[in-house]
Amino acid sequence: MVNNVIPQEAPATAAIPQKRGRAIVVTSGKGGVGKTTTTANLGAALAAGGATVVLVDADVGLRNLDIVLGLEARVRHHVLDVLEGQATLDDALVTDKRVPSLRLLAAAQTREKDDVDTAAFTELIGTLRDRFDFVLIDCPAGIEKGFTNAIAGADEAIVVCTPEVSAVRDADRVVGLLGEGRKVTLIVNRLRPALVRKGKMLSVDDVNDILHLPLLGVIADAPDVIVSTNRGEPVALDATSLVGEAYRAIARRITGASTAAPEIPREKTFFEKLFGSRS
Amino acid sequence: MFEFFNRLFGAKPSSAMAKERLRLVLLSDHLSLAPDVVEALKNDLIEVISRYCEVDAANCDVTFERQDKQIAMLANIPILGMQRPKPPAPPPATPPSAPPGLPDGNAASAALATATPSAPDTAPAAKPPAKPGGANGRRRRRKQGVQGAPRPQPT
Ligand SMILES: Nc1ncnc2c1ncn2[C@@H]1O[C@H](COP(=O)(O)OP(=O)(O)O)[C@@H](O)[C@H]1O
Ligand SMILES: [Mg+2]
Repeated sequence: MVNNVIPQEAPATAAIPQKRGRAIVVTSGKGGVGKTTTTANLGAALAAGGATVVLVDADVGLRNLDIVLGLEARVRHHVLDVLEGQATLDDALVTDKRVPSLRLLAAAQTREKDDVDTAAFTELIGTLRDRFDFVLIDCPAGIEKGFTNAIAGADEAIVVCTPEVSAVRDADRVVGLLGEGRKVTLIVNRLRPALVRKGKMLSVDDVNDILHLPLLGVIADAPDVIVSTNRGEPVALDATSLVGEAYRAIARRITGASTAAPEIPREKTFFEKLFGSRS
Repeated sequence: MFEFFNRLFGAKPSSAMAKERLRLVLLSDHLSLAPDVVEALKNDLIEVISRYCEVDAANCDVTFERQDKQIAMLANIPILGMQRPKPPAPPPATPPSAPPGLPDGNAASAALATATPSAPDTAPAAKPPAKPGGANGRRRRRKQGVQGAPRPQPT
C-alpha cells in the first residue's frame, strides 16, 4: 500500500498518516451467482499473497460468509453489535487460522437489512480502511437497502455475473446503480467452456459485449468450488486446484502484481478427464 | 445428432438467441420503454420531420445502437424534398406579403434567418423553396445519431 509521505517540514508531533485500504464491494443484483464464494476466495487469495484483508458480510439476515469460510463456530459478535456499541470492533473480528492476515466481520443473522444505518455502516468501512489493505464487502442480492448500504462505503466494485440472461440483465442494472464515481470491474463466474463451444452458453465476450466492463477474471463452473465450500476451506488456498489458481490470478490483478490479460477457462483434455477428477 | 442437423440447417444456437434477447430487453430497460413504445416513437418522429420535408415514409428506419455506455438512436429517414407537396393554408394572421409555399409559422423564422446571415445552413427554412412535387428534388439519405437514455442512474 502506498502511504502518504510526511512533508519534511512537518512537526514531529504530526499524526502518522493513515493507511487507506481499498474498499471493494462484491455485487451482482441477482442472487446465487457467486458473490459470497468470490468474496471468500478473493479475500483468502489476497491475504495469502501478503495483504491484510477484512471481509465484511453485508447480507444481514442471511449470513453466509462465515460458513463458506469455515469460521461459523468462532463468530461471537456481528456488524450490528459493533454499530450499536454492544461489542468493540476487535471483539467482533474473527481471525482466520489458516491465513492470519485475513479477518471476518460477520453479518447479524436475526436482524433485518433496514436495521443497518447507512451512515454508520459507511463510517465503519472507513475505519476498517484505515486498518486493512483491503476491505471486501459481500453484498446481498437485490437493489434495496441492503445493496445501498453495502455499496455506500466502497470506492470500487466487482460485479459477479454468470453467463445467463437473467444474471446479465441484473448485472447491467447494478452497474447503472453503481454510478460513475466507482471503479467497476467484472468477474464472469460458473463458465462452462464445453457449453460455450457448442453454442449453448453465452461466452465471456457475449456477456461483456453487453456489460462493457474491464474483465478482472473468469471462473469456471467447477466441482472444486462445491467441494471446498462443503469443507469450509476456500479453494483459493488449494495450491493444486485450477479454479484456486484462477482466484489467485484475480488477486494478483487486483493488487497490480500482474497485468496479464485474464485467462478464459478451457475444456479439459481427454487425458485430464481420465486422470483429473477429484472429490 | 439432432444438434448436428440443427447446425447443418442453420438453426440459431441458444446462446445467440440469449444474446439477441438480452440486447432487446436491455434496450427497453435503458429507455424505460416497452418495445411498442419504440414503434410509436418512430412514427411520431416521421410525422414531425414530414412537417418540414417530404420524407419517404415507407423506407424509414429507426434503430438503437449501444455505444459504450449509451444507446444511440439511428434514424435513417430518406428525404425526397425540402418542401411538402401540399403546404397548409397560411394562418389567418399572416400578412398577405408573406411568400407563398412556406410551411406554417415560417414567416417569422425566415425573417430572423435573413437578419443573421452568418449561419445560413442552420436555417433551412430561409433557403429558396424547392421545386414542388419532389420529382427533381434530390434524394438524400443521412444517418444522424441522437443520444439515447443512458443506464438508469441512482436518483
Ligand atoms: N464457480 C463455481 N462453480 C461451482 N459452483 C459455484 C461456483 N460459484 C458459486 N458456486 C455455487 O453456487 C451457489 C451460490 O453461490 P454464492 O456464492 O452463495 O452466491 P451468492 O452469494 O451470489 O448468492 C453456492 O452453492 C456455490 O457453491
Ligand atoms: Mg451471498
